[in-house]
Amino acid sequence: MTLKEIQDLLEAELLVGGNDDLKVKPSSACGSDLLSDVLAFTKERALLLTGLTNPQVIRTAEMSDLIGIVFVRGKRPDSATLDLAGVKKIPILATRLPMYEACGRLYRGGIKGCSEVK
Amino acid sequence: MENRDPLFEVSREIVGADFQSAGDISGEVKKILLQAGFPPPFIRRIVIAAYEAEMNVVIHAFKGIFTTVIYPDKVHIVIDDEGPGIPDLELAFQEGYSTAPPHVRELGFGAGYGLSNMRKCSDTLKIDSHVGEGTRVTMDFLVKSQRDGAEVEK
Repeated sequence: MTLKEIQDLLEAELLVGGNDDLKVKPSSACGSDLLSDVLAFTKERALLLTGLTNPQVIRTAEMSDLIGIVFVRGKRPDSATLDLAGVKKIPILATRLPMYEACGRLYRGGIKGCSEVK
Repeated sequence: MENRDPLFEVSREIVGADFQSAGDISGEVKKILLQAGFPPPFIRRIVIAAYEAEMNVVIHAFKGIFTTVIYPDKVHIVIDDEGPGIPDLELAFQEGYSTAPPHVRELGFGAGYGLSNMRKCSDTLKIDSHVGEGTRVTMDFLVKSQRDGAEVEK
């Protein structure tokens, strides 16, 4: 599933990134509000769903080689976070769906969890 | 192991409690390693461990020096901080144990995986800590690691 299909499935808005970024396919996805867990357990090229919106989320995505971030339950990051995502070239989506429902739609759509991919 | 001459060495200062810049150094290390042409999974485990260590200094210490030395066959990282030190290392390595204050937990850190994750990502990890003085973390990452092909988990 591409980021574009993910955007449609989550009725999400693209806050950072362009059409080329939406062609990217994540290897897996992870839903977490604990960055330590993201650093310890995600796989490279994973998509992160989170309710955290501070700039360290972008740093964590950078270090973990994540391909994008979805902010859930209507959270809007501040400009510092969005600017950093632009600099680091990490696409950002925002959905009004709560975490469980956003993750559920993606899992039902066929995106695997981080423990299910090598 | 015999060390050949380093290809590159860089030292940067970490400022305690500066959460805006936190991660800058690990990001720079990532860029340098990519330019040096190391394999992405190797770079990933270095950069994750580097970021955990850098955040530990920002969270807990007053300041620190982050030194990265790149050899053809390995990467050597030393993070030397002036801070409170770690009274009980065994406890600090225990997953789920953290002394991070509430404002740090609000950022998403402080789940108590930092040190154990650094150990999983590195080939060798050494920690020298003196309470009331500071902590030195030394990590080595071997290109031809026993961990080759191993994922950064468990």
